[in-house]
Amino acid sequence: MSMTRAAAVILAKELRTEFRSRELLGTTLVFVLIVIVLFSFTFNPTSEESRRFGPGLLWLAFLFAGSLMLQPSFLREQPNDTLAALRLAPIDPFSILAGKMAANFLFLLLVELLLLPVFAVLYNTAILPVLPQLILILALGTVGLATTGTVFSAVSAQARLRELLLPLLLLPVLAPVLIASTEATIGILRDPSELSLVWLTFLTSFDVVFLTAAWMVGEYLLEE
Amino acid sequence: MATEAQSQTAPRPAVSLPSVLLVFLLLAAASYAALIWAPTEATMGLIQRIFYFHVSSAWSGFISFIMVFIGSVAYLRTRALKWDWLSVASAEVGVAFFTIVLITGPIWAKPVWGIWWTWDARLTSSFLLWVLFVSYLILRTLLDEPERRALVSAVFGIFATLDIPLVYFSIWWFRTQHPQPVIGDGGSLAPRMGYVLLLCWAATLGVMTVLIRIRYRLESMRSEVDG
Repeated sequence: MSMTRAAAVILAKELRTEFRSRELLGTTLVFVLIVIVLFSFTFNPTSEESRRFGPGLLWLAFLFAGSLMLQPSFLREQPNDTLAALRLAPIDPFSILAGKMAANFLFLLLVELLLLPVFAVLYNTAILPVLPQLILILALGTVGLATTGTVFSAVSAQARLRELLLPLLLLPVLAPVLIASTEATIGILRDPSELSLVWLTFLTSFDVVFLTAAWMVGEYLLEE
Repeated sequence: MATEAQSQTAPRPAVSLPSVLLVFLLLAAASYAALIWAPTEATMGLIQRIFYFHVSSAWSGFISFIMVFIGSVAYLRTRALKWDWLSVASAEVGVAFFTIVLITGPIWAKPVWGIWWTWDARLTSSFLLWVLFVSYLILRTLLDEPERRALVSAVFGIFATLDIPLVYFSIWWFRTQHPQPVIGDGGSLAPRMGYVLLLCWAATLGVMTVLIRIRYRLESMRSEVDG
């Protein structure tokens, strides 16, 4: 079975598992809502202030969401040792990781897209005129988040204190994504034509670097 | 019998006495050069002398972190535990050096800038780098089985070191207020200050080597006891 085909099968399996229970998406949505509400107490969310602080808090909320939401990606396989079964399949081990990454990317993007209108309303931000640019930034940032998050989920699943460990490993590594996506978002909110190529290129490089790294060394994490 | 067993297991010292003496002399010479021989900086005054050990510690810390990368890649390729020992030894020494950087930085900043800390590019990235490798060390303590620990932390070590340039570039474009680089083109460092900096770097590199060797030996002995 080719690697893409195998990854697609894993992706379908991940989506099926999630959409049967829907627990992960629902919980994460509410979690990000709570963060967004709590953030409103930390500054005066007028339209002017929100344009400056809004994008940062939105991305920070997404990062927090990722560091919690990606946890079950590998933990879910543990109770019935289903990862061992996946490993027995005659497929490239990276396709397991790739399928999970794709699934996590879709989950995160879905959460982000659902929360975007809520954020726009609550923080008085006009996102409609810049929606295509915003989705591009979201997608590029989320690839980086899903890639590193999935790999680190496999890392933390093997350690003690795993729930605490994943945010600890993930958040510092994602600092560049936070900076780049926040700056790019602030830019387009200020002026829709001001889509910063520097930050888009930067986000793309981040994605390429870590996708390549995951492809080269990620499969070691699946060894028994 | 007892003496025979002892002589068999008596470990070769991790570092020879002459090399320790050499590093010690180097460190003494570097301290003398930085504190007395170097000219006093015109505007910052005496406090600027902290610069020599501040910068050289950062450089040596970087080299330690690059060695974490080398050790991690080599472990994944060879599966020889010795490479994992190199990684953990280098990570710990690198964190120690960056702790020095983060402590000497504010001491220097307070009289010069009037504040202990500012979220400027290099300060922020050094801080983030320190956090990154502290996480690496914490991860290691949470993995029990040696082979598993070596494998998993090697993967994280590779990711963490790949993140270093990204952290630097992103924060660099984000904000910069640090005294501009004084080495390289457009630099304004007096020649004698340059020599002192190089001497200090040589000394911290010596300290780095000695510490990594000792820590490496400790790790190999631990593995012998556990295995």
